[in-house]
Amino acid sequence: MHEMGITRGILEAAFEAAEERGATRIAEIRIRVGELTEIVEFALQFAFESLTPGTLAEGAKLAVEHVGARSRCGRCGTEFDHGRFDALCPECGNPFNEPVAGRELLITSIDIETPEGLADALEDPGPAAGAVAAGEE
Amino acid sequence: MERVDIGKPILDRNERLAAENREAFARAGVFVLDLMASPGAGKTSTILATVAALRDRYRIAVIEGDIASKVDSEKVKAHGIPAVQINTGGACHLESEMIRRAAEALPLDELDLIIVENVGNLVCPTEFDLGEDAKVMILSVPEGHDKPYKYPNIFQISEAVVLNKYDTMGVFDFDEEEFRSVVRSLNPAAPVFAISATKGDGVEAWAEWLADRIESARSRAAAQG
Ligand SMILES: [Zn+2]
Repeated sequence: MHEMGITRGILEAAFEAAEERGATRIAEIRIRVGELTEIVEFALQFAFESLTPGTLAEGAKLAVEHVGARSRCGRCGTEFDHGRFDALCPECGNPFNEPVAGRELLITSIDIETPEGLADALEDPGPAAGAVAAGEE
Repeated sequence: MERVDIGKPILDRNERLAAENREAFARAGVFVLDLMASPGAGKTSTILATVAALRDRYRIAVIEGDIASKVDSEKVKAHGIPAVQINTGGACHLESEMIRRAAEALPLDELDLIIVENVGNLVCPTEFDLGEDAKVMILSVPEGHDKPYKYPNIFQISEAVVLNKYDTMGVFDFDEEEFRSVVRSLNPAAPVFAISATKGDGVEAWAEWLADRIESARSRAAAQG
């Protein structure tokens, strides 16, 4: 269950960025996970749900983008997609290749609410809120 | 709602500390080996056999991270080798910060090789850089030749694979040819060393590989001044 440690890493980075901007809430955290890592998304979501209550990220969504494995042939330079067990160059059969993608473990972005954003939202309630205000009763 | 781009490794902090460890180890001229395996694969006996094979040539210390075996550091110390036990607090893997703290308790300048015994686990240690020079895994014959299908990542990131308890090959239904071929498909560059750590069989070839890695790290360091 190293997903606990991974999730702590995600939250550490997210809180740092959110606090820098004076965020009042984190609504969504986006991460990118390579196919060649040993990350189980279910365990990640579980850890996320157990670590976020009472924090800025309470109720936030964790969006996981999966990235397939891709390598560049060390001999002929061909770039090709592959699975875990078939990392041979399809052009020349060379097994010694440079990984290009598939080992990612990145936090890409977060969506936050800030007091400023909140003020904007209050000034401009938007069509949905407007519809309620102009209720026909 | 405001979107903030971060674009940072999730294990950023671990990776930064690992880079600092790597630098400190390089400055002290010490080679660090991270040994990973399942519980019971024979990590401690492999370490003892490796120490026995190399102790005339290198000054060796051991960092014990395996929570399952608190007695291990005592066993290692009984062989006259400095050993530090890490209290992982029940974690399933070691992180670079634990290595940094353990290394502070060792006389780095008086060492050539540190062997780190990672926590017995084939999954979690694979994502964590410790600042080591090489990651190597041990698989023991009783675990079965199909382990690489279940835990491919550890075979992919290991620079070499030690196949321990080779003397029990006859007892277990271990298909060595298939094992070697799967390991090749996952990690074509990694050599497989068949050893029986407790008997000493095959240890020499493994120890020579490690000695070669230590020497090439040294000549690289010397070339960089
Ligand atoms: Zn090619």
